[in-house]
Amino acid sequence: MNWQEFFAMGGYAFYVWTSYGVTLLVLLAIAVLPVIQRKLFLKELAHKMKRMKKL
Amino acid sequence: MSLSNAFIAIIRRDLVLAYRRRAEVANPLLFFVLVITLFPLGLGAQTKLLQAMAPGIIWIAALLAAMLSLDSLFRSDFDDGSLEQFILSPHPLSVLILAKIVAHWLVTGLPLLLISPLLAIFLGMPEQSVPVLLWTLLLGTPVLSLIGSIGVALTVGLRRGGMILALLVLPLYIPVLIFAGNAVEMAGSGLPVGAQLNILAAILFAALVLAPLPAAAALKMSMNG
Amino acid sequence: MFLIPDSVGRFFHRMASPPHFYTFTGRLLPWLTAIFIILTAVGLYGGLFLAPADYQQGDSYRIIYIHVPSAWMSLFIYVVMAVAGAIGLVWRIKLAEIVMISSATVGAGFTFIALLTGSLWGKPMWGTWWVWDARLTSELILLFLYLGVIALYGAIDDKRTASRAVAILAIVGVVNIPIIHYSVEWWNTLHQGPTVSKIDKPSIHVSMLIPLLTMAVAFKFYYLVAMLQRARTELIQRERNSQWVKGLIE
Repeated sequence: MNWQEFFAMGGYAFYVWTSYGVTLLVLLAIAVLPVIQRKLFLKELAHKMKRMKKL
Repeated sequence: MSLSNAFIAIIRRDLVLAYRRRAEVANPLLFFVLVITLFPLGLGAQTKLLQAMAPGIIWIAALLAAMLSLDSLFRSDFDDGSLEQFILSPHPLSVLILAKIVAHWLVTGLPLLLISPLLAIFLGMPEQSVPVLLWTLLLGTPVLSLIGSIGVALTVGLRRGGMILALLVLPLYIPVLIFAGNAVEMAGSGLPVGAQLNILAAILFAALVLAPLPAAAALKMSMNG
Repeated sequence: MFLIPDSVGRFFHRMASPPHFYTFTGRLLPWLTAIFIILTAVGLYGGLFLAPADYQQGDSYRIIYIHVPSAWMSLFIYVVMAVAGAIGLVWRIKLAEIVMISSATVGAGFTFIALLTGSLWGKPMWGTWWVWDARLTSELILLFLYLGVIALYGAIDDKRTASRAVAILAIVGVVNIPIIHYSVEWWNTLHQGPTVSKIDKPSIHVSMLIPLLTMAVAFKFYYLVAMLQRARTELIQRERNSQWVKGLIE
């Protein structure tokens, strides 16, 4: 099987690759967003603590 | 006061309160009739079409009316603090809630049942399906109140609980809608409906036993929170 | 406690302490993520390259490798959510509550994926994007149940109270799911005659089954990764005033 055939998916490329693409996006968003959120939260908290120490 | 006395006292009290607010009690009923009047206006008054859709229309309207009336189940008791008294009373809260649900159904569910023959005529429903419609409403609307009580108990403390209540409760109403709507439809074509009615009765008994427990837990949560 | 070996009991006891949970899952997560990626790579290689095209559906059936595992996960996660909720309610374990609410979003995601891929698979097979087929209809109702859980959690400000509310709702939901599922199935056979769904029972060959099961296991690991990531974030936000969270910064 060559690559072109593989990507064509027997004419069903749109349906198959949209399915896989959206799945990837959704799964990525669900797992990665909380990590970013956590990093931001910790940064903010560190900032707050620094200010508290100064006072 | 014994448990059965307390049970009856709550029902009597709620019925008296409802009698004093007659106008408010009539609202879900009016809503029910109004929604069903909208269908011929929206779809066109084609007898065949309306006849085919009548069971579904009546049941969906009943579902919505039941859902809208749910808010009154605990609202006034929550606002005036009676709910706290219920929780503090020595009787199990779930039984007291069951009494409230019974009273609520008598005030909001039973009228739907009584007016539905008129609506069946509006929609041109065949005569032989009217008794079945009454049976499904008799068995089904108490389930709506019972399941609904869980949803209201969860949201009674919220300021904007209305939309969330719909989201919580409507998916759980689906089995009742399916079996009841189908029974009425089958009766229209003269088919036996014993199985559907038996299933509805089974759902009713299961809900009678099970629903007050999570409702009580949810109500305690709402009061403490 | 009598039936559980002491070491296991101690493990769970320690895991129930937030700082322990945080550091332990922090060490565990890279491994879980690696296993997920490897399994997915193996599963997709088997499914997209090795497995032959279906003799009826051609290559469109390859959506099965995400559709069916997602549908399985959507139910599985709901049950996990209800169990975690029950544990949280009975023993008042904060971490069980956090696991419960972190699962909800992941479960809703899988339900959405199952619906979307079902629709994308249905288009070439049925000729329309949506058919009121029993599987898709149940999945749609399940999505509403998940959205109800998430909305209720968001509506209550105090997160401990919100967790208890959600736990009650999840338990009620899990009791109702079989009834809903059965009624929808019954409704479907009645209205559509014999089911038109080819998604339900594809005559599956071993070369297709192995990648499918691999993907199912891979998605279980994904669930662990995503749920734990969400749980860690939720945990430090809830415990923002505690010493150990402040200790994380130094």
